[in-house]
Parts: sequence; C-alpha cells; structure tokens
Amino acid sequence: MDLEFSAEDLAFRDEVRTFIAENYPAQLRGKQDEGEELDKEDFLSWHRVLAKKGWVAPAWPVEYGGTGWTSTQRYIWSEESARADCIRLLPFGLTMVGPVIYTFGTPEQKAHFLPRILSGEDWWCQGYSEPGSGSDLASLRTRAVRDGDHYVVNGQKTWTTLAQHADWGFFLVRTDPDAKQQEGISFLLIDMKSPGITVRPIITLGGEHEVNEVFLEDVRVPVANRVFEENKGWTCAKFLLAHERVGIAGVASSKRSIERIKAIAQTEMDGDRSLLANPFFKRKVAELEIDLAALEYTELRTIAGMAAGRGPGPESSVLKIKGSEIQQRLTELTLEMAGHYGAPYFRGFGEGDNEHPIGPAWANRAAPTYYNTRKTTIYGGSNEIQRNVIAKMVLGL
Amino acid sequence: MDLSTTETQDMLRDTLAKFLADTYGFEARQKMIDSPEGRDPGIWKALSSELGLTCAPFAEELGGMGGGAIENMIMMEELGKVIAIEPWLQTVVAGGGALSAAGGPLAEATIPQIISGDCLIAFAYAEPQGRYNLADIGTTAKQDGAGFVLNGHKAVVYAAPWATHLLVTARTGGSRRERDGVELFLVDANSPGISRRDYPTVDGFRASEVYLENVAIPGEALLAGGIDLIEQVADQCTMALCAEATGIARTMLAQTVEYTRQRKQFGQPIGKFQSLQHRMADMLVEAEQIASMSLMGTLRLGEDAVVRKTAVSAAKAKVARSLKFVGQSAIQTHGGIGITMELGIGHYFKRSTMIENQFGSADYHLERYEALTMVD
Repeated sequence: MDLEFSAEDLAFRDEVRTFIAENYPAQLRGKQDEGEELDKEDFLSWHRVLAKKGWVAPAWPVEYGGTGWTSTQRYIWSEESARADCIRLLPFGLTMVGPVIYTFGTPEQKAHFLPRILSGEDWWCQGYSEPGSGSDLASLRTRAVRDGDHYVVNGQKTWTTLAQHADWGFFLVRTDPDAKQQEGISFLLIDMKSPGITVRPIITLGGEHEVNEVFLEDVRVPVANRVFEENKGWTCAKFLLAHERVGIAGVASSKRSIERIKAIAQTEMDGDRSLLANPFFKRKVAELEIDLAALEYTELRTIAGMAAGRGPGPESSVLKIKGSEIQQRLTELTLEMAGHYGAPYFRGFGEGDNEHPIGPAWANRAAPTYYNTRKTTIYGGSNEIQRNVIAKMVLGL
Repeated sequence: MDLSTTETQDMLRDTLAKFLADTYGFEARQKMIDSPEGRDPGIWKALSSELGLTCAPFAEELGGMGGGAIENMIMMEELGKVIAIEPWLQTVVAGGGALSAAGGPLAEATIPQIISGDCLIAFAYAEPQGRYNLADIGTTAKQDGAGFVLNGHKAVVYAAPWATHLLVTARTGGSRRERDGVELFLVDANSPGISRRDYPTVDGFRASEVYLENVAIPGEALLAGGIDLIEQVADQCTMALCAEATGIARTMLAQTVEYTRQRKQFGQPIGKFQSLQHRMADMLVEAEQIASMSLMGTLRLGEDAVVRKTAVSAAKAKVARSLKFVGQSAIQTHGGIGITMELGIGHYFKRSTMIENQFGSADYHLERYEALTMVD
C-alpha cells in the first residue's frame, strides 16, 4: 500500500495539467468566472476538445474509445480537472447510457451510438422519473405497446435534465403491465425529434431552466432501439444507478470548492480581520475539509475494490449520502460568506447589457446555487432511499 | 406572568389573516413580484388607510392604538405565513421604531404619515464592507451649517425602490467601526444626490444599492441617539424577523405534512414512513422553539440594553438554526417538486434562507451573546 504517486503518475499529472492549461476554452472560462449560466455550446466546447484528444471517456473500455488509464490515472485526471475548475462533462451519454450500451447493447447499437456519444454529436437525456414514480421508480407507468417492429410509447416523464437540448433519450417504459413491477420494464433509446414528444420546462428555485417534463404521445420507437431483452430493462436501470452513485460523490469538485471558499474568505473582511480569521467560520471550513477527506478515502477504497473486480455494490450509497451532504454544506458556507450580498437576484447579463452584478461577482450566484444544490440529496435515489439500500443490502435488515 | 394576548391583539391578527387569505394567494403574490414595480401598492394602502393595521404599534397621541413590539410580532407572524413582500419591517418596525424612540417634531410629523400609508421607509444600515457590524460605517454625515451633507454607499437596502424616506446610518465623526460618531437620519428618498441601482432579491422583494453624493439634509433629519438607538432599532427588526420566521416555519411544516398525506410511493402515502414522520416531528420541535424564542426576545425588547441584546441574540441564533432545519427538511421531504418555482414551499424556503442571515447570522449573534454573558 502506498499513498504517494509514482514517477510515472507524476509525469502523467504534469501532462494533464499542461493539456488543460493550454486547451481549456477561454470563452467558457470567462463565463464561469462571471458566474453566468452555461448553454449547450459551452458544455460541448470542452467536450469536443477532450473528444479530439481521446480523453472524453476515461472509464470506458479501450475497444470502445476509453483511455486505458489506471484507476490512479483516472483519479489524477478528475483531481486535475477540478483543480483547474473545468466544468463537469454531462453524464447522460458518457457515464450513464454509454456504459449501458457497451455492456448490454447489440453490435449495431454499439457501432452507431458509442462514437456519437464520444464526439458529442448526440446530446442525451434520461427518461426515468415520472410524476407518480420518484423514489418508487419501479412503479413507472409510461407504456410501450408492440406494433410490428415498433413500440408505441405513451406516458409522461419528469425531472429530465437538459432535455431541451437533447437529441436522444434513454427511457424506462413498461412493456408488460401484468408482470411484477420490476419485471415488466424495458430500456428504450428514443430519438427526441420523434413526432409525439413534447418538452415542457420546469423552472427551479434559482431561476434555472435545467429540468423538464417530457410528454410522449403515440411515439413510435423501432424495436431495434431497445437495449437488452424485453422486460429486462430493470437490469440496465440498476446497473446505471450503481454507476451513477459512484461519480455522484463529487470529491474532486468539492475539494475545489473548499479551496475557492478559503481563497475568498482570506480576502473578504469581517471587521478588522479576514473572514477566515473568524474562528467560527474557520472551524466550519476545517470540519468540511476533514469530512471530505473521510469521503475521499472511502471513495478511493471503493475504486480500489472496483479495480480488483468488486462492485460497485451497495456501499456506493455511502458515497452518495456523504458526497451530497458535503456539496450542500459548501453552498451553505458560500452563502454565509456572501452576507448581505446573498440577497440580490442576478440573472446573468442580458443581451447588450454588461452591467456588473451587484456586490462581489462570486456572491451573485451564492443563493441560487444553495437553493439548486438541495437537489443533490434528492436525485440519483434520494438519501432516504440510499439509507434503505444500506439497511437492506449491506446490513441485511 | 401572563403570556396571553388581548382581545384587541386577537382581533388584529384575525383581521390581517383574513385580508391576507383573500389577497395573498400563490398566484397573486407571484403576479405582484413579476410586475414592473414588484408589488401591489393597493395592499399597503389597504393595510394602512383601509384596515388601519399600521396604527397598531404606535402611541395613541400620534394616532396609534398604543401597542408596540407584541403587535409587530403578531403582524409579522401573519405576514410570514403568506411570505408577504410588504415593507412592514422596514416602515413600521424600523422607521416607526426609530421615530417613536427619538420622539420630537419629526416623529410627530412622520408617524401619522406612516399610519396613513403615505410614508414608506427603507432601512439603509448595511454597507458593502460592514457585514453585520452596525458600527462598521463608512458613509459620512458632515455638519454643514444647521444641516448635514451625506456621502457614501449603502448596500442591499430592502424596499428602497418603493420608499418615500430612507432611514440612513452615517458617521458624523470617529473612524470606521468606532461606535462613537454613528448617527441615524431620516432622509427624503427624492433628495438631490441620491441615486439607486434597483434589483429584485432572491426572496421576492425589491432592493437597491443606494449611492449618496453630497446629499444635503436639514438638521432636523437627525434622530438623536447614536449607535445605541441604531442597535435598539436593529434589535426590533431582528425580533420582527423572528416573528416572521415563526409564521413561515409553521406554514412550511403544515404544507409538508399535507404533502406527505397526498403523495403516494410504494403503495402508500409517504407520511406513513417512519423516517419522514420523525423528521416532521423534529420540524415541529424546532418550529415551536422558533415561536418560543420569538416571544421571549420580543418581550425583552423594552428592557435595558444588556438584557435586550442578550435576549435578541439568543433568539436570533436559535431561530436561524432552527429555521434552517425546518426549511431544509421541508424541501427534502417534498423531493424534486420542492426545488421548483411551481409549488409554494420553495418560495417559503427562499425567504426563510434569507431570514437566517439578515440582521446577523447565527455566528454573529452567538458571538454577541458570548461577549455579553461570559467572562473568559
């Protein structure tokens, strides 16, 4: 066992660091610095740079376009990306449907979809939750009825992140209404431009248009776009959820947030001292750092287990619970730093308007981000559900 | 000891509650917020000249009902229940409180205007660098003949875009953060030299950055009392916020309980799940403590400065933390729908989050409490 990086790892770190410094899109950096909301092109700009370099999907098997990095190299990659404040690439193609397709898909599905995910040509969204099926996902009612070599899909999905930009969606649909809940579900890839699909925005508390409702009315989907067997979609769903939970810990980006908080608190004044010199504030930062270290080493142990061919099993729920709570506490602390300037509601620069936000630039998204980040303990299987998983699957209760 | 309310106080509460139930529905409130002015001026007119509620906390000789802090508490609780965006705290509590305490011709002239609804006040106490320290003031008030000339930048002044008058803290002498030399002025909002940058706030109000550039004001604009008066007024505002928090916390709890009765998952209402029941029981525990501390602090507002400050800081420190728990729990229990603009609960959460830090965060008030009560 060794905590230190080898010489090869250090060389790799330098290579990564240099690459990011030289290739991160300048326009994207500028928007991040000003706290502006990012649009589709912003997300794609960094995606395309990485795709060209061949680094866009480090975790994928090499045969499908992965990098072949060791788990340590992957860890270094995510550390360095966060350290340089690179945006997190959207997970829907790269870490959700991509692995489902290369694990369960047909050769035709792999050949068609995987390269397009890597290149960024297809933007994916996730059709899982329904108005009546959130934590109880397996109760979903969106119906797919076979009609020759098509399914005809009717129903409604919700919380569909960035569906307004999506070219394709992966959907859980009910193909056998008579089977036991989990056994009548299939996993379909649906072209979002299909007739009968309507996307309606849901505006969240920070004013963002991030999530949507998706209505499906007699949408015809070729049977060839079903992944894995009919009525076995729950296998894909579970596989995806377990993978989602690992990345959801967000250790590297939380580290970056703590560094950012410390840097701001060093210069932000609290009377005749810096805010970081305020013992109350400093204590909270220290506690967060320590909790984050505990999470990080729990994640490293999970990664090591995966490298040895185990899991990710239900222990990944530990990562989800702690990771999400830490992300929330970070936004709480940022809002606290903002003081009075947490209140102004800045909605980004309008067309032709370059008036500076009210108060310090770092403060103007503090409250919206705090509100928005309440989602982390709700999505990806709420933390209540994660505790159920631990109680049932780990503790055997 | 008597913690019961009078018949008049109950009547005030009922009158306001009924009026707000009719006027402050979810959609009506949203319409006010989205309007160009960001409010419905008719509501304030109704509260003041039509229903006569604004007279409640003022002395009888000035046209009031002879009430005080308890009346403000009752009003703020009800306003909190509908997350009203009315400037009661700024106009009646801060402006009215400062004028009542200072007395004199300015108070005699202005308080009837507050009662009639013609005078709307915004409390310009915060500055960009000052955080919650009321004496951390860079704005200057320079004596000029019989009057003063104001220069400076006041930060995040709630209700300033609507105000006829600004209640401004400024320094007549002394250095930054020195207690001596900070004074309170009531300034006509249209005085030459005042400019504003207006903006909406995340909790539905309108506020401004207020810039004072050689603003000449008469000597009578000074409300004598210095930092002691300013602290007293800020404490009154703090307790008004705690009362608002009581209304908000109880409403968030009620809405959450109701939601868990309606929302079904795994074949039953989610309110049947023990983990959620326990959380909602804890929300009730915290909401009740908010109500208790709101009452305690309000009852101590009339006492000498040390007792008052100790009580107010205890109340705000407790309320800030309990309110955070209630708000976060309400959202978590609602799930995704709680984070959207589409349901009321999220809007309550946005306001409750702002209350946590206004007029001093939990940390600020804990520090003040410790300094007042413990010798190292």
